[in-house]
Amino acid sequence: MSIAPLDFESIWQTADRPDAGELGLCVHCGFCLNACPTYHDLGVETDSPRGRIALMRGLDDGRLSWSPRVQQHFDQCLQCRACETACPSKVPYGRLMEATRAEAFAQDRWPRRQRIIWRVIMRGLFPYPRRMRLAGYGLKLYQMSGLQSLVRCSGLLKRLAPKLAEIDALSPNADRPFYSNAEAARVSPKQTPRANASLVTGCMMPLAYPDTHRATVNVFARNGVAVDAPSAQVCCGALHAHGGDIEAARDLARSNIDAFTPVGSELPDAILINAAGCGSHLKEYGHLLRNDAAYADRAAAFALRVRDVHEWLVEIGFEPPIGRIERRVTYQDSCHLSHAQGIRKAPRQVLTSIPGLELAEMRTPDRCCGSAGIYSVVQSEISQRVLAEKMSDVLGTGADQICTANPGCMLQLDAGIARFDDDKRMIPRSIHAIELLDESYRLGDEGQSR
Amino acid sequence: MKTPTALVLELIEAIGDDAVVWHDEDLLVYEYDGTIDRGNPDVIALPADTDDVSALIRIANKHGAPVTPRGAGTGLSGGALAARGGVIIGMNRMRQILNVDAENKTALVQPGVVNLDLGIEAERHGLAYAPDPSSQRACTIGGNIAENAGGPHTLAWGTTTNHVLAVELVTADGEVQWIGHDTRDEPGYDLVGCVVGSEGTVGIVTQALVRLVPRPTAVRTMLAVYDSVRDASNAVSAVVASGIVPAALEMIDKMTIAAVEPVLNTGFPLDAEAVLLVEVDGPESQVEAEGARVESILRRFEPREVRSATDHEKREHLWAGRKGAIGALGQIMPNYYLLDGVVPRTKLPDVLDAVYEIAERYRLPVANMFHAGDGNLHPCLLFDEREPGATARVLDAGGEIMRVCVDAGGAITGEHGVGLEKRDYLPWIFTDADMDAMKALRAAFGPTENFNPCKIFPAGHGCGEAGHQHHAQQQIAKFGPKAFV
Repeated sequence: MSIAPLDFESIWQTADRPDAGELGLCVHCGFCLNACPTYHDLGVETDSPRGRIALMRGLDDGRLSWSPRVQQHFDQCLQCRACETACPSKVPYGRLMEATRAEAFAQDRWPRRQRIIWRVIMRGLFPYPRRMRLAGYGLKLYQMSGLQSLVRCSGLLKRLAPKLAEIDALSPNADRPFYSNAEAARVSPKQTPRANASLVTGCMMPLAYPDTHRATVNVFARNGVAVDAPSAQVCCGALHAHGGDIEAARDLARSNIDAFTPVGSELPDAILINAAGCGSHLKEYGHLLRNDAAYADRAAAFALRVRDVHEWLVEIGFEPPIGRIERRVTYQDSCHLSHAQGIRKAPRQVLTSIPGLELAEMRTPDRCCGSAGIYSVVQSEISQRVLAEKMSDVLGTGADQICTANPGCMLQLDAGIARFDDDKRMIPRSIHAIELLDESYRLGDEGQSR
Repeated sequence: MKTPTALVLELIEAIGDDAVVWHDEDLLVYEYDGTIDRGNPDVIALPADTDDVSALIRIANKHGAPVTPRGAGTGLSGGALAARGGVIIGMNRMRQILNVDAENKTALVQPGVVNLDLGIEAERHGLAYAPDPSSQRACTIGGNIAENAGGPHTLAWGTTTNHVLAVELVTADGEVQWIGHDTRDEPGYDLVGCVVGSEGTVGIVTQALVRLVPRPTAVRTMLAVYDSVRDASNAVSAVVASGIVPAALEMIDKMTIAAVEPVLNTGFPLDAEAVLLVEVDGPESQVEAEGARVESILRRFEPREVRSATDHEKREHLWAGRKGAIGALGQIMPNYYLLDGVVPRTKLPDVLDAVYEIAERYRLPVANMFHAGDGNLHPCLLFDEREPGATARVLDAGGEIMRVCVDAGGAITGEHGVGLEKRDYLPWIFTDADMDAMKALRAAFGPTENFNPCKIFPAGHGCGEAGHQHHAQQQIAKFGPKAFV
């Protein structure tokens, strides 16, 4: 039996538990159901936001014991936070789910194998830029030697280790030179800068999407902003917090606060981020370290300076580009940009400022693509079904290219194009709006000098 | 480890493992709907088509298990709760829009289609689905049919019953029948009219042919701020009396303004007593003429100001205070109890005074937002369920407010249904003979005793623990069941 006796000790063991008052905000009106990709896919209320909150409350008031079945419903959440947009009562669902996962992690509620893999990869690899780079070179070698095409063509991996084959399909293209933080300082504004910013380069982006960083620095320099990329920075810890490894997330946050805002130094005008998932987490540093006496104030100050690149570009105003890009582009709202940060107009303003570019909106552009951090690997079946629906919306627009705002979304959508664009009509790689803007600037300059 | 019952095993055999929910922890999330009642199902079955529904009902009947249909569980009267346990048949997986016939302005849909999704699909054909309950982002057409759902825009177009032409119904004995016709004027009894609003007590709708309406080419929204509820109410009556049928005619009161203003920056003066929202739509020339007439009527009742907008974004801004009202109330108190009563329009000011008096006596903040044009009130009592005794106080106050509506010549529901919530108030408006006649009609659809039991009619056998009718019965004791009739 899974119904626990009424006389109980609290199921929560840490201070990171879901807040009882915030749980109480849910009046189970059900407005969130249709917004939830997993309810849409699985068709059961246990995998809806309202249902998961009911499960959290069941644990909280002692009506439920924490069975593997309950844990599965928590694990199946994408944390896309579309429910927060739909919620009339403003229930902070994302925060509640992170708190629940933090408890699950602290209480070792995962299967043993999953725990070991997490520790090796998320604690042993992601926090260390050098190790990440080494892994990146490994990937480069694997791809450039032709081994990857061999593996993919033979279909051997699919038969021997299907999970590895899934990861292989989602692996980024490592064909561009990796981004080095020292590059940022080499590009500077032509006139005296009107503002200064520090760029968060992150763990994956320098390896998978180095050109997005290059474009970011170019675009802001052109618009009078001096950008640097602190060399001591590390992974932002978003993946760790979303997974529940809250202590690892705190360590990373403290390292970044030291790297970007050393004691005694002046804060940059903006701490710039071009990855939506990271941006939404960086803005939560204050909450994450609220009980850390030494860091609480610094974390809150840090969080206030964090700006997504689209957001800040529109805020400070940008030079209209003149280089034409004749292309039909569809924009996928990254969940952590739209639902978590409420940024929807700015990326579209950037895109529609480009001459020749046509923005073709898809049906429900703010529905998750199924990437959701490491979800695409851990919950690959649901993820692939969510992706299939997304790709049918994408292909319905007749767009040449997908534009989005987060590396996870890009990897997932690129895998989607490979799998679903049968006519090979689309540009096989999705792109960040800042890169399109950079290209338009460059084309404009070339046209004028010619 | 829990072992499945014979009933569960047979359901699994019929529709598959992944379509049957029966573990205790999973059942917990099916015990509520959008309000404060509870019911505990034994199993949830999620059919994929009409044959599944028929098979499920037959299996449940064989085991003597009650059957309760459920859509998205957004209802506000307990209609989708398993009041006596048994099987919940969840229709949410049957969510295909099967056909849109733009020329004949109809759509054939499965019951799990979400109201707004149908609206979006209709829009692609230049059409609209008129009933627009506030929960339209999530609620399903099947649930809308069961409860005869309304919404702000049903003043002009009528509630769901005016928009359903035919339904495929699986009756309480598992038989499948088509009722109604696409010609809109079928000879014989209006059986579709019996099904719509039957609150899921006569069968399960598995397909519906619904009517679509043309999208208006022009829309004008007006907002008027008044210093007294009476002025605002008189303005409502005057607008309706003028012969113009606005697309929507809504009112919000001072408490709602106080909740909404700080969150949504709607620009409402905090000391105003009432805000009216009036919308007219149709062809451009008509909207212009009617808009001007409505505005002059609104001005007759000394509003503090009247605002008007025709473009989409500005209209949305005017609507923001009404549409965001419920959410904003959540900032004042964590829980709300949303009531649904209907009174003759001319009685609105008196009834509102009584609502305020009752709320004050029970020490409960109350906010009013309602479809003024229909005389459909939605007093919203605010409370914190964690406070001991608060829920009971809210239910008692709710009962008294319903009583006031009845005494004013109104009824106990405008659009949410009677369900579990208000079944014990039914004798306030119907005699035993009335109710017997209704039960006879219900029985004509088959053996319905086990079909969505404990709903609409006063508590029967086995419904003892379900719902909060305990409080309702206290109300009855206070007023007497036949005080009104």
